[in-house]
Amino acid sequence: MTAITTARRPLRGRRIVLHVVIGLGALAMVYPIMWMFAASLKEDSAIFSQIGLLPPVFDFANYAEGWNGLGEPFSTFFLNSFVIAGLAVIGNLVSCSLAAYSFARLQFRARAFWFAIMLGTLMLPYHVTLIPQYTLFFELGWVNTYLPLVVPKMLATDAFFIFLFVQFIRGIPRELDDAAKIDGAGPGRIYLQIVLPLLRPALVTGAIFTFLWTYNDFLSQLIYISERRLYTIPLALRAFLDSSGHSAWGPMFAMSTLALAPLIVIFILFQRQIVDGIATSGLKG
Amino acid sequence: MTGPAQAGREVSRRRSRSAPGARSENRWGYLFLTPWFIGIVFLTAGPMLVSLYYSFTDFALLSEPNWIGTDNYVRMFTEDHRFWGSLGVTLRYVLIAVPLQLIFALVVAVALNRGLRGLSVYRAMYYLPSLLAGSVAIAVLWRQVFGREGIVNVVLRFVGVVDPPSWIAEPDYALYTLILLRVWEFGSPMVIFLAGLRQIPAELYEASAIDGAGKIPQFFRITLPLLTPVIFLNIILQLIGAFQAFNSAYIISDGTGGPLDSTLFYTLYLYLEAFTNFRMGYASALAWVLVVIIGVFTALNFLASKYWVHYDDGDR
Repeated sequence: MTAITTARRPLRGRRIVLHVVIGLGALAMVYPIMWMFAASLKEDSAIFSQIGLLPPVFDFANYAEGWNGLGEPFSTFFLNSFVIAGLAVIGNLVSCSLAAYSFARLQFRARAFWFAIMLGTLMLPYHVTLIPQYTLFFELGWVNTYLPLVVPKMLATDAFFIFLFVQFIRGIPRELDDAAKIDGAGPGRIYLQIVLPLLRPALVTGAIFTFLWTYNDFLSQLIYISERRLYTIPLALRAFLDSSGHSAWGPMFAMSTLALAPLIVIFILFQRQIVDGIATSGLKG
Repeated sequence: MTGPAQAGREVSRRRSRSAPGARSENRWGYLFLTPWFIGIVFLTAGPMLVSLYYSFTDFALLSEPNWIGTDNYVRMFTEDHRFWGSLGVTLRYVLIAVPLQLIFALVVAVALNRGLRGLSVYRAMYYLPSLLAGSVAIAVLWRQVFGREGIVNVVLRFVGVVDPPSWIAEPDYALYTLILLRVWEFGSPMVIFLAGLRQIPAELYEASAIDGAGKIPQFFRITLPLLTPVIFLNIILQLIGAFQAFNSAYIISDGTGGPLDSTLFYTLYLYLEAFTNFRMGYASALAWVLVVIIGVFTALNFLASKYWVHYDDGDR
């Protein structure tokens, strides 16, 4: 079959077939998520007997039961997760943009050396610093606080964002800096009034991914947080699974669905930034 | 990225600048990097050295570490069957899940890249799972889907399979449910492939079509070779990510790695040793072995890339 003949053949039929195949595949991809949402609206007995999505009646009892299923209401856990993610976003944006501006624009001794060190930490597995970090925070009395989850972000340990911002700042015309310098602006003012505003698209990407990663993070929250009052969403779901076991899938699914909701909202709002972030800089999506 | 022109400009700027200005910029440079310096000393480089030291001790959090030489490493390689077991589980997971994931990602990306209407809707639907699948909520869902009374078995019974097993409770199958979960996350490499496909000039296809080449030869002679740098990037990213997978195995096995250690990921074993058995010296040794393993896999890929990755001749 050559391209010439395929080009002459009416393409409509093939196109429809392709649409059907791709469309069915796409539905299969999101089916588990839709099924969970549907299951959260059903009675337990109906969850396991029905493959279909639509429940006979919309029943929000699972949500009511799950919301208070852990003694502490889920609003506490959502608030905790949002507080941690919010602080992490602020920490990452401030510390990483400061470092990136310095690496991209300022001349200082041993800059190339420090930049190489920063690149070297990009692919470092988290586990190699995990235990000494834990002992450090343990000695400081920070276990069972949010400090171990937030302070590292304020110290620019997510080097990936430094790298992202450096790349972006390098694309900002230097003439802007130079003009400001002639007007007597120092590096502090250039950073605040020129670089930060122009860096905005990259900052948005950084904020989205920091939020997604922190919100989904489980290991470090598992290690540092053991008091129920301080639980985050992933910890609460794990505790819920432990306490209700296999007996209460309905409420379990209701809370899992709610846990996914912020991610889905962010995806809908920032789809373009997320896709661009992954496509152009290999950010882990 | 920095072309010679820009480098030249930087040199000339440096020469033209007066000494006091340069000294002040030096100060500013370090000032802006202060948070990063504190982080690198206390949270990255320092802990790396400490963890290397711990790996030669019997450190157990509440007691002082005692130097025991290479005992941890000797025990790991000669006596610890759970170490070898977890390594085997992880390697099987990585070596099955990553290629499958990338094949799906590539096939779907190529199919989506044919100028179909509604591309962005399809892309969003294929991508969404990889945004969610790392979360505890999805691991919870997976536990039910592949449980004895799970939806998979409901379907199997419906089509006449008698007494299907509980997939997450069978040592023979449990790991494959985790592999499937990983493969389901092919959306993020797919997005990278789509961006790569868009970089391939359309003239190449037009020219080869005039020469009479069909779609399939075009795929193997144009698409695949020009996409090799992107394939390479995806392999590295997914490989490093898969080696460090943790959440799904923890939730599906109740934090045990069971049944019979069949889902005991290396990272899960490390976690259990460090934070439930408090053998932190030993866990530090495990961490360093993991670093070496990931490093070796990455290095092998870079070496092999010379033979199959085609970089554009015009690449700077």
